[in-house]
Order: sequence, then C-alpha cells, then structure tokens
Amino acid sequence: MEQSTKQLGKELQYNKTNNCVQCGYCLPVCPTYTTFGVETHSPRGRINLVKMVGEGRITDLSILEEPFDLCLGCRACETACPTRVEYGSILEATRAALVKRKRFSAPVRLLRKSMLKKVFPSRKLMNVTGNSMWLYEKSGLQKALRASKITKQLPFHLGAFESIMPPSVSPMERARALVEQKAKTEKRFTVAFFTGCIMDAMFHRINQLSIRLLAEAGCDVVVVPKQTCCGALHAHAGEMEEARGLAKRNIEAFEKIAADFIVNNAGGCGAMLSEYGHLLAHDEEWKERAEAFSAKSRDISQILVQCRLPSLSPRGNEKVTYQPSCHMTNVQKVTKEPVELLKRVPGIEFVAMEQEQMCCGSAGIYNIVHYDASMQILDEKMKHAKKTDATILITTNPGCLLQMKLGIEREGLSESVRALHLIEYLADAAGIL
Amino acid sequence: MKVLTAAHVKEIQSIVVTGRVLTDECDRFSYSFDGSFGTFLPDIVIQTKSVAEMAALVKFANREKIPVYPRGQSTCLSGGPLPVKGGMVFDLSVMNDVLEIHEEDLVAVVSPGVLTAAIHKAAEQRGLMYPPDPSSSHVSTIGGNLAENSGGPRGLKYGVTKDYVIGLEVITPEGEIIRTGGSTVKNVTGYDLTKLIVGSEGTLGIITKAVLRLIPKPQQTATMMAIFDSLIDAGSAISKILSSGLFPAKMELMDQASMQAVEQYEPLGLPIDAAALILIEMDGHPLALQEEVQQAAALCRAVGAREVRIARDKQEEAELWKARKLVSPAIVRIRPTKISEDATVPRSKIPQMCERLQKIREIYGVHLVVFGHAGDGNLHPNIICDKSDPDEMRRVEQAVAEIFKAAIELGGTLSGEHGIGTMKAPFMEMELGAAGLDMMRRIKEAWDPNQIMNPGKIFPEPGQKLELS
Repeated sequence: MEQSTKQLGKELQYNKTNNCVQCGYCLPVCPTYTTFGVETHSPRGRINLVKMVGEGRITDLSILEEPFDLCLGCRACETACPTRVEYGSILEATRAALVKRKRFSAPVRLLRKSMLKKVFPSRKLMNVTGNSMWLYEKSGLQKALRASKITKQLPFHLGAFESIMPPSVSPMERARALVEQKAKTEKRFTVAFFTGCIMDAMFHRINQLSIRLLAEAGCDVVVVPKQTCCGALHAHAGEMEEARGLAKRNIEAFEKIAADFIVNNAGGCGAMLSEYGHLLAHDEEWKERAEAFSAKSRDISQILVQCRLPSLSPRGNEKVTYQPSCHMTNVQKVTKEPVELLKRVPGIEFVAMEQEQMCCGSAGIYNIVHYDASMQILDEKMKHAKKTDATILITTNPGCLLQMKLGIEREGLSESVRALHLIEYLADAAGIL
Repeated sequence: MKVLTAAHVKEIQSIVVTGRVLTDECDRFSYSFDGSFGTFLPDIVIQTKSVAEMAALVKFANREKIPVYPRGQSTCLSGGPLPVKGGMVFDLSVMNDVLEIHEEDLVAVVSPGVLTAAIHKAAEQRGLMYPPDPSSSHVSTIGGNLAENSGGPRGLKYGVTKDYVIGLEVITPEGEIIRTGGSTVKNVTGYDLTKLIVGSEGTLGIITKAVLRLIPKPQQTATMMAIFDSLIDAGSAISKILSSGLFPAKMELMDQASMQAVEQYEPLGLPIDAAALILIEMDGHPLALQEEVQQAAALCRAVGAREVRIARDKQEEAELWKARKLVSPAIVRIRPTKISEDATVPRSKIPQMCERLQKIREIYGVHLVVFGHAGDGNLHPNIICDKSDPDEMRRVEQAVAEIFKAAIELGGTLSGEHGIGTMKAPFMEMELGAAGLDMMRRIKEAWDPNQIMNPGKIFPEPGQKLELS
C-alpha cells in the first residue's frame, strides 16, 4: 500500500513520539528490556521505530512487528517517564496500524476472530465457556486428559494453563447469577458492579465474593444487566473499533443506574474503563459520556478502603506478599489501597516483593501468544516472589492470578504457596464463603 | 552505507561464541541513537561478556578497517555512542556482572555495564560513597560515565568521574588488552594513561574493567533554598558562600524561565515572580552542619535573598530538590526539541555568563533556559526549539555557537560534563588552538593508526560546521 510518510506518521501518532528525549529512564523498569536485554525491546527503542516511520526512514512496517508484538503493554514506562510520553497511545495506534496490514497465520486468525470478536463480548458465550470448564472438570474428562498427557500438546501451550484453571462453578450456581445486594450495615455508597468477561467466566466465585464483601462493608450493589466485556484485550490487540463499540455498550448500560461509583475487581479492566474518555476522545457524540463513565470507575480496593470491613479473623502468622497489577499501578495509579487492606487483617506479616512493579508476563493474552517470552519474564518474577518467603501471593487481576498460579506450579511450590485474589483473601478472613 | 560484507559478518559470528550478534533492521535502528541528536545505523550490534572475544573482534576490525563504537545504555547528551560511520556497535550494557566493594582498600572493582546507581547503593551499604552523581545515574552505565568523564551536582565538592578512577583494563584499538594504574591512590609509574582514557569518549579504546576510589559516606546532609530578585545577587551569594570557608556538596541555580516551566509542568509553589533561586546541600557531621547551614543562610540574606527556606527533614529535602529535578522534563513540554549545552565558566564569572546568555536569547530570538550546577560554574543553557522548523534551527545554530564563544571568552570551556562528541567538534580549535588540537590528534593517531575506534567524535572533519537543521 502506497502511503505518504505524513499519513503514516499520523496513523502511528508520530506527533506523540516527539516528547521522547531518549533519556532512557524507561529502560530499567521495562520487563522486556531487562529480560531480553536488547534496546529493540525497550520503550525508547519502540518509540524510535515509530519516529523513523514518521520521518520516512522506515517504510516497511513489518520491521516494527516483533518489537511491538512482544511489548507487554504494562505501561511501567509511562510511570517512569519524566516527559510524560503517552506510550500507551503510541502502542495502541501502532498495533492497530500493524493489524490492519497483517495477514495472521490461520490459528492466530481464528483465535483473534473467535475470542476477541465473538466470545469475550457475549455474556451467553462466556457462560458457556464457564460451564464447559465446569463440565470438563466434573465429567472426569479433565482427569482422563491429564493422565493421557494430551493437554501437553494443546496449541499455544494451552496445556500449561489447563492445570492451573480455577475450580469452576456449576451451571446452577452460575444461573443464580450475580444479584443485587443491599448494604448490610450503615450505607456508605451505591456502587454498580462491573463483572468483566474473563473474571465472570473463570472467576465467577470472586465476583460473588466481591459483591457480598461490598454489601457487608456498607454498599448497595447494583449489577447492571446489559454490561459487556471492557474491550481491553481488543485495544491491546489493535482492534480499536471493536474496543470502542464495547465501550459504548457499557457506557449506555451503566448510564441507566444512578450509582456513586462503577466498581471492578480486575486491574486490567479497570484501566480500560478509566480510559474510556481517552478511547472516545475523538467522538463528539460520546466523548463527554465516556469521560463521565471513566470518572466514576474505581477498583474495588479503593472503595473498601473507605469502608468499615466486617470483623476479620486473625491469621496465624501468615506471610503475605502482593504482586500489583501493572494496569492498576501505571494506568489507574492505585498502589496503596490493596496493601492497606491486607494490613488490616490481624496476624499477617506483609512482605513487599522486590521489583514488584515489574510485570509478571501475563499481560492479557500475551502468555498464550508469546508463551516463551512470557515464561522468561515469569521466571524473573518468581525469583523475587520466592525471596519473600511468603505462602500467600495476592493479586488484583485475573490474568495476574492465573500467571502467579502458573509460576507457583512451574517452581514446584504448589504444596506450600497459594496465589489468591485480594478479594478471596479478605472474604475468607471476613468469614464470607 | 554498509561497510560490512557478508564475509565480515560470517567472521564476526565465528568470533562471538558466547554472545549475540544482531543484524535485523529493527535492531540496527534501535542502536542508531543516543540522548542527543541524529540517527546513524550500525551494520551490526554485538553483545558479549567475553573480553577475549571483544579483543579478537577489535583485532579483526583493525585489520579490515571497520569502525567500532562502544556503547553503554546510550543516555549520552553529546553523541558519544552514535555509529556515525556505520560498522560495529558493542553493547557493553551486558557486561554488568562485576561489582566488588573492597572495604579495606576503599575501592570498587566494576565491569563497564554496571549501573552507576548500583555502585552508589553497594558502596552505601558499607558506609562508603562513590561521589560522582550524574542525574541519569539510575540508567547510565559506569562505562559510559568513564568514557565521558561524567560529573553531576556533587562535582562542586567532590570532583568528577576522573577523580575517582585509579585503574582500568582497556582493549586498545589494535586489539591488545592492557591495564593502566592499579589499586592504589598513589601511583606515579609512567604516564597516567588512566586519566587519558577517562573522558576520551571511547576514541582510544574499550574499557572492560575499572578500579574506582571510594570515600567514607558523610553522616548527614542538609538542604536549603534561597530566593533572589536579581540573578546577579544569586551569583554573588554563590561566590560569597564559597569564599567564606564553607564547602557545600551541591549548589544549583534555576532562573526565572526554568521556575516558570516547572510551575507549568507541576505546580510546586515556586516563586515565579523571583529572578532566580539557588539550592544548597551541605554534608558532614550533624553538629557542624547545624552551624554551617545557619551561616550559609545568613550569607544569602546579607547579599539580598528575599527568602531562605531550610528543610527540616528528609521529606522536606526531597521536596526542595524536586523543583530542580523537574527542570529538564518541564522545559521539553514547551517545545519538542531540546538542545542541552553544558558550557562551563570559572565560578566568579557566573553573573557575566548569565548576562551574555540573556543577550543571546534576545539577539537570536530563541527560547533559552538557564539552570545547572552553579557552584562549579557548570551552567546548563538549554535551547528549546522545534527541529521541524528549519528557520528556527538556523537561529539556534548561531545561538549555540555564541554560547560557546561566550564561555571561552570568559575563561571557561565548551563542555563541563557532557562531552564533545559530534556536535561540539567544530568548536574544538576555538578553545584549544591549532597546536593544542593537533597534539590531541597525534595522540589519537598513535593509539589508533587505522582510525577505527569511535570515529567522527571529538575531532572535526575538514570544514565541519554545527548543523541542526
């Protein structure tokens, strides 16, 4: 496709790269740079590649493919950047430009099409996913397949993930769905609960616990029926139109409810929700509505920390560490609340992990499509996790939670260490089952 | 322009057994820049921890006359690691595994890829200090600091990188591995090649190991900010304090333009109606410090400071320093291109230099901001511009040349701590004279007869001019 340098530059948001002064402050915080050890996989390197396109020195966009594919999108570089380069925007725009021009291999195309466009956005299909996972476990199929080692040959290393999938809830329990709850104590807030697609299919129980915990802590919780996937996975994969469409559906659904906040329990989703304003900034009709939505979006820890939690039973000298979700840290800028909540649990010993701000390598579907790279990054993370000596590893995002479970399994620590979502841990301490 | 043939690449790959050889387009582009100006593609990038492999590569390069460029993490502000003539880039950031602190000898032994901040941390854990503190120390490698002879705010009291290097291991441009200096502070055996290599900007060899001198860490620090209605008064405060017997660790200056830029970037409550502020850090024994801080505050007031703020604890110290830290990021928000200079004058000439800079700003109509390490005369006049505007860039070229001229006329130098690299090369003769520059050139020729080691730096090409547009 013949295109002028200027148009290409605009498409890739070349203008935003000019804020980069190439100081390199992003290098030490970038998980792919520190793990792979080449400038090509650093934020500064990637930004420079876009600069080169904008200045006409690169005309073959396929040069950008590998570096941009292998970016985790954790956006730790934005937190470190002194000149506030909008790396996330550049990444999104560049990925969208690459996706537009690329012919994916057949299995990747299938995965992108079926999962991104059909499954995640559909509540019904996500329920089916959840239910088939349940059936798979309960029917004995799981046991049989595990024994036959067939799972080891699944494409995309899905076999590795199969063994760490959480126990699923039964269709009956799922059908009970997530119901509204009135505050169980003096009311503080009315919150609309964002269920998320993966969170709801795979971690339905954590959603249920979240709603109950919010109610116990004094929130009226409303579950908006027509909500859908947040669109984060689409945006990260460069499918911007899909992401915008989903954002609009959510904005419409939540506008119907007069809630103080829109609360989610998944760092990645929360980041996307908090950026709807940015996502729809060029859409006159939706811009303001999107900004209003984003202004109300909160992580569950931000709400709970302002509430009186039900009494928490003491834990017997448990060592607990926390692996923050990158998107909660770097996009939502929520860092203190989860730790503060953990410290409210009597009897725990909280140990901060070294290099906790480094991504665990989960990053949406990164660990599925770039399995080897992801595992290298995870191995680095697990070195620091082991150093804490903690027996509980807390996360605040479904992707991180699965990745931590995988890390524990890879290190052979399944007997002694557990990975839990913050809500599971708090609910357990509060006696909510 | 590619200078390597397929046969060359094959030979390189046969030499590099333990490391990586990168030739993909995306990699070549990713090693084509530094923190300054310009894009120059290398033909090949090599990463190896093996000194023997690297020496063999240099021997090969010398035989085939292929340019070689040592590179750390490329935070350089003067173009030091730019592969301006194509050839091989050695990514030395991978050599990051030697960091030994020898407490009894008060030295550190390091490999070139170790981050400067890692040396700071390791020394501090043992109650020691490695003083040079370039503001990029959490990203910059010690190898790059050595090549460029980096400074930093503490240069005022403690000196710069060269004052803390006592021994080196170097691969010469002919591929020999030599050792200079040693592990003792006193060493007068022969020429001081250590000091020659430090600051030679990678033109005389590749540093593969260094022995650094450490000193006991001062027990405590204290910070104060003094605000002035005139830049001249701020300048006199600096010379008054330095001639009073006090010896601050850092003394930093911010002019009105830089305060305004910071306030726009992140409101900190700086006095933007004032002409200048200075930040002073003292260090030493807590009892002595108490008295010295009061003395310095009184001196500032005596020369007309309208306000003096003294930090009461570590947190307040950090808040005062935040303003200075934000200057660099704040000013690039104004316009996209930053030309960062580091012309340095004798400290008594700071007020005159400030006046000259003021005039340059007016004559050439450029956005010029002045801040920096005023205590040691190392000002950072930064010009903020837009490189896509050729007319503006021509004015910037003229203004930069005038800045250099002003510094030299006042008895100063082109560069206090960033290095000459590519951009300042045309001005070398102005400072050194023809004979002085020729002596340097002859040293370079003796070390590097085939001109393969980091060519295109320090020495101007015939007829070379500063070109930004």
